[in-house]
Amino acid sequence: MTLPWPFEREYMQLALAAGLVVGACAPLIGAFLVQKRMSLMGDGLGHLAFAGVAGAILLGVWPLWGALLFTVVGALAVEGLRARGKTSGDLALAIAFYVGIASGVVLLGLAGSLNATVFSYLFGQILTVTGGEVAVVAGLGAVIVLAFALSRRALFATVGDEEWAQVAGLPVGALNALLAVLTAIIVVAAMRVVGLLLVAALMVLPVAGGQLLARSFGGTLLWSSGIGVGSVVAGLIAARALGLAPSGTIVLLAAAAFLAAAFVSWIRGRLGGTGETASLHFEERVSGGEDA
Amino acid sequence: MSGVSTDELARLEGVSFSFDGSPILSDVDLRVGRGEFVALVGPNGSGKSTLLRILLGLLPARGTVRLLGRVPNELRERWRIGYVPQRPMLAGDQVASVEEVVAAGRLARRGWWRRLRGEDRDVIGHALESVGLLPLRHRRVSHLSVGQQQRVFIARAFASEPELLVLDEPISGVDAESQRRFRESLLHTIEDHGTGVLLVSHELGAVAEDLDRVVVLKGRVLFDGPPSDLMARGVSLGVHPEDLPFWLEELR
Repeated sequence: MTLPWPFEREYMQLALAAGLVVGACAPLIGAFLVQKRMSLMGDGLGHLAFAGVAGAILLGVWPLWGALLFTVVGALAVEGLRARGKTSGDLALAIAFYVGIASGVVLLGLAGSLNATVFSYLFGQILTVTGGEVAVVAGLGAVIVLAFALSRRALFATVGDEEWAQVAGLPVGALNALLAVLTAIIVVAAMRVVGLLLVAALMVLPVAGGQLLARSFGGTLLWSSGIGVGSVVAGLIAARALGLAPSGTIVLLAAAAFLAAAFVSWIRGRLGGTGETASLHFEERVSGGEDA
Repeated sequence: MSGVSTDELARLEGVSFSFDGSPILSDVDLRVGRGEFVALVGPNGSGKSTLLRILLGLLPARGTVRLLGRVPNELRERWRIGYVPQRPMLAGDQVASVEEVVAAGRLARRGWWRRLRGEDRDVIGHALESVGLLPLRHRRVSHLSVGQQQRVFIARAFASEPELLVLDEPISGVDAESQRRFRESLLHTIEDHGTGVLLVSHELGAVAEDLDRVVVLKGRVLFDGPPSDLMARGVSLGVHPEDLPFWLEELR
């Protein structure tokens, strides 16, 4: 495929493909986590994914599968602990953090692989993703988009007011479990793009910026996904042009987008909300006037 | 179409509930019929919200509890119940438009995985109109006044076209305009749709004259009857929280 600079090389095209999927999907899931006040869920699961990568290296299987297994099981365990009131959501995540990292270190020690190999998973190496990895990331992205299309309204209702959703007859337990599994899936999809230590940033920073620009949940999803994609594309361009580490550059650009959104929001406040009208018109044009 | 059809929308018989060994509710009976407007009143800590949670199947209790003729947790068509919680979580700093929140009330009825259709949009618009919020449907909920936010959640309950409406302190601390809108929308749904309403409130001033029955609770039912019987006993219905101790003395 012929693309202009900086995407004329195959490795940049693979990076772009993986990055676009993750940049668009991570904020879609992150928006629900932020509303649920569980912004650090991605971090906790990222640490569990590290244990999965280590276990897979020890067993000699593809690290992606190990990470997927550990994060899905871990996500359901964290959600189970939270839902049954055995512990608070943040304590359940803290347990996941520590168990994940400790298990990863022990397993990598056993495998004799506590070396540079694991850095590509901890810090991401988007410029070295393979065609096979891009195919898996695209498949995971398709699962997220399908589940999102079917459940976004019900997820929105559930994370906004769980007790009301239960009374209204929504399958609250199943929806919370679905959100946990989707979080696990996007963590695994993003681990080679931005790394396990920064994966939560792509789920939270674009949403933090999007919330400042939108006045509806549907608008938040649109803005957040746009900021996620923009950060990935701009991050890849900057990394190629300036020789920067792509993962950190992508996350720093998402943080810069948040600061820009905060500035726009502040200006709007000074102008008495005229910008909100423009924001609403943008959201209605893009979503066809449909709500979340 | 509805499964079990009954004119008795809510029934509690001999319901008791304890927490950490302390009795909260003792042998409570309560009924709400179709098209009936019932207020449940009592001082703080009298067990009103606990009773609602038991009725809605959120808390287990001793005694008989029936919601639309079924044990609450066995009622599959939950959309037949409209619920307005005491302090809806979404009213804080979360980002959602008025229309999005009200549309959520339609999900269980339509099927949560299905797209909303034109007829659903009409019902949502009607619910918004009935609480006077149609012009504000694109506004962010957290940017509205407390009274307007409360009307959003009442509209969300209306959106499923419920047969029984359960409201927990829906007008505490809201402005006079919101109280007026609240009263009009409740009377409309009772008269036009035969909806039964169970209202828990400290402040009955806005709807005092419209009630069919008042139930006074303080761990047990102290009074259950028409407001006229209560007034015949010299109790005023212009109820404010500070009047409640007086009420309870009158009813002993």
